[in-house]
Amino acid sequence: MPEANGAPVLEAAGLRKEFGDLVAVEDVSFHLPPGRSLAIVGESGSGKTTIARMIVGLERPTSGTITACGHDRSRPPNSTRDRRRRGREVQIVFQDPYTSLDPRQTAEATIDEVLRLHHGWPADRRRARIAELTDLVGLDARQSRALPRSLSGGQRQRVAIARALAAEPTVLILDESVAALDVSIQAQVLNLLADIRDETHVSYILISHDLAVVRQLTDEAIVLHRGTVVERGPTARVLDDPQDPYTQRLRASVPRPGWKPRSRAQPGAGKEPDAS
Amino acid sequence: MNEPAAVGTLWSAGATSSAPLLEVDGLTVLLDVSGAKRAVLRDVSLTVSPGEAVGLVGESGSGKSMTARAIDRLLPRGAEVQGSILFDGGDVGALSGADLRRYRNQVAMIFQDPRAHTNPVRRIGDFMTEALCTNLGVPAAEARRRAVDMLTQVGIEDGARRLRQYPHQMSGGMLQRIMIAAALLTKPRLLLADEPTTALDVTTQAEVMAILDGLRRNFGLAMLFITHDLELAAAICDRTVVMYAGQIVEVRASALLHGDPLHPYTAALAAARPDIAQTADRLRAIPGRPLSAFEAPPAECAFATRCAHATDICRSAVPDLVDLDGGTSRCVRARELRGRLQEAPDA
Amino acid sequence: MSAAVPVTVRSTTRGSRAVGMLRATGPAGIASAIVIAVATFVALFGPLLAPYPPDLPNLSLAWVGPTGGHLLGFDFQGRDVLSRLLAGAQTAMLGPLAVVIVSVTAGTLIAVTAAWRRGATDAVISSGLDILFAFPGILFAVLAAAVFGAGLAAASIALSIAYMPYVARVLRGAALKERSQPYVAALEVQGASATSICLRHLVPNIAPLIVAQATILFGYAMVDLAAISFLGLGVQPPNPNWGVMISENQSGILQGYPLPALAAGVCIVTVVIAVNVLGERLFDQAQAGRI
Repeated sequence: MPEANGAPVLEAAGLRKEFGDLVAVEDVSFHLPPGRSLAIVGESGSGKTTIARMIVGLERPTSGTITACGHDRSRPPNSTRDRRRRGREVQIVFQDPYTSLDPRQTAEATIDEVLRLHHGWPADRRRARIAELTDLVGLDARQSRALPRSLSGGQRQRVAIARALAAEPTVLILDESVAALDVSIQAQVLNLLADIRDETHVSYILISHDLAVVRQLTDEAIVLHRGTVVERGPTARVLDDPQDPYTQRLRASVPRPGWKPRSRAQPGAGKEPDAS
Repeated sequence: MNEPAAVGTLWSAGATSSAPLLEVDGLTVLLDVSGAKRAVLRDVSLTVSPGEAVGLVGESGSGKSMTARAIDRLLPRGAEVQGSILFDGGDVGALSGADLRRYRNQVAMIFQDPRAHTNPVRRIGDFMTEALCTNLGVPAAEARRRAVDMLTQVGIEDGARRLRQYPHQMSGGMLQRIMIAAALLTKPRLLLADEPTTALDVTTQAEVMAILDGLRRNFGLAMLFITHDLELAAAICDRTVVMYAGQIVEVRASALLHGDPLHPYTAALAAARPDIAQTADRLRAIPGRPLSAFEAPPAECAFATRCAHATDICRSAVPDLVDLDGGTSRCVRARELRGRLQEAPDA
Repeated sequence: MSAAVPVTVRSTTRGSRAVGMLRATGPAGIASAIVIAVATFVALFGPLLAPYPPDLPNLSLAWVGPTGGHLLGFDFQGRDVLSRLLAGAQTAMLGPLAVVIVSVTAGTLIAVTAAWRRGATDAVISSGLDILFAFPGILFAVLAAAVFGAGLAAASIALSIAYMPYVARVLRGAALKERSQPYVAALEVQGASATSICLRHLVPNIAPLIVAQATILFGYAMVDLAAISFLGLGVQPPNPNWGVMISENQSGILQGYPLPALAAGVCIVTVVIAVNVLGERLFDQAQAGRI
């Protein structure tokens, strides 16, 4: 699964995405070395979700290239085999645990479907693998056989993580995957993600607006503002010593002990443009 | 806008009195959940003094939103309420009709998702002036003038234009600022803010928090600020109340809460959060998951199953609130564990 | 990491699930199910159950009321009303069933295709449906009768074409919503094919709505087919059919012999109500179970 020669497992170059007149992503480039974790930091409208969707093929870039595990994925897949191969290269865990699982499928059935998609294994081998995966994400036997409606948000996210891991991806994109969880559950899932990384050597791309989570889970970070990269570097450096004014503002807005909110006393601060 | 131009009108007639503005005493709420009556709040008591900002912090099932709804008389049909809620000495539960509408002019509420609470087919101006015109009989032109004024206070300069717009033309942050402005138009004495910034970007959140803080001080407004974020509450609230499983587990001065908590849950919650300034080898996660009031075992401390400091005493009865060093804690071992909650837990 | 939430493990055998669902529909739902079961049984075995030949006219017995073994009396041609009702159940139930199967299947296919592809495909399909909406069902029936000759087949084809856009429109909305859910995106990212996602995930998740549509349409189809037969474009006399019976015996109502026409009418109304009640209950239940 991991690249042996140190070449980036994921690389984006000159990514651009337009939605009609709106340029959502402009000239974004980054690369992810094997076994490392990259954060894409931004607020709403920064283009971070669009980038995630382009990487997994849910959107097509207007221009630019995306390469995963050495294969180009800037254009739609040619064949079923191609499509499945891309699924084994990059997987994704979405933000909302309440809509990212089919409400009619148990955790076991969900994982089984993915296994059948990628491997021609007999039933007992699949069963064994399902048990391994549910164990890895911390679900017990009863929870694995339960429908999503009987599971809490944190448990559903574990199922979503197991489903993504069933494809044995090289890169796992976490699209605000812990944002909707309670603080105490978020900590459990963050620990879990670190454990999974240690055990499977998967590389993470973490899409998040939460700087503390970014600090905890990633090595490198790029900061997006209105579709462009305004800063990049090692996560610790970007957060401790931000150079770009937007990154500085972002950092200064995070509540912490002793923090007092300050309004930006700029002229015309109230003249915000209309939405859409 | 961040400095008060003038101190402004202090609305509360009794602003300088020390009698509490809001007094919740022994509030217990039971809801009908699939045919059975389940407790969502258990014996909640808190006070808010005029001009005071109190934070209410908790996770899912803690009952923090339910408390605010109970105070604003927004509980679902069929809810059974025990205990009392007194506003300015009067029983809130007994209000109805015109008295209830007057009460709602004095106690305003803002919610997490402004879009869910605005009618998309009505203009901002109509929505903002409705309460003034209908309930307080203010003439339309005067109401609009006040609305534009208030929009300036929340940092929206082109108020007249905004009044003619529809909600879908605004971003989330702007709409939330409009909601705050609308809530303040009736000159309330208490503001209930239910996670008003949770759905906003962090930079927008900082803006809105600054506005809220500034306005509150200008107008001498009391506030109950509900959030899941301990540090956010501490930023603008003098006192913080922590809730778990429908009960209050700690009340403490916000400045002291992080460094010197009195209840293991507060300490665990603060410790579970990743630190923006450093990477921990492993986060100190709390095992299990947050419980609702009706899921908590009836005769023991609700947090006992997840608590690193739990002993047999904790599992023998529901602990009472004890006063300790200016704060309150619902922990039987509070005095014993004093000053040791921040350390790694003992076996 | 154990949960305090009670975990519901649903029984997975389809038989026991169906029985469970039925029981949960309440007394009204169960009563409706019984009515439908009886009607289905009669539809299947009607001609065999008829005590007297339904086609044998005997004008000397015309309009005679209930006597002896003839529980519902005789119709305008002296035929036993009860026997004609039992024999007529076949066409009365079969026709609507065919209409529902065809229109719902076609409607589902079209709705899911439009919802999955979105964009231009959806726009074209939606416009096509709008055009079909402009034609009333009766018009199709007249056209079909002209082309295929009057009869049950022609009437059923006509109604299937007329109903299909309604089904498609309702299902398209639900399918669009389902299609934009993250779990569908997750399957796309896994590399699952559009067909397998639609068949195994999209359609089952809108199934409650499909069932509800089917039951509502069954009722409409029954009434519409009866009306078409009444007008002479559907089932042709002397074939027994509840709608035809109303038309044949309508003169009796004013003459003081309402029983034949009324009996047929009551049969139609009873089955339609039963199907609607059961369908509605099943829909509510399935929706509640999804949360």
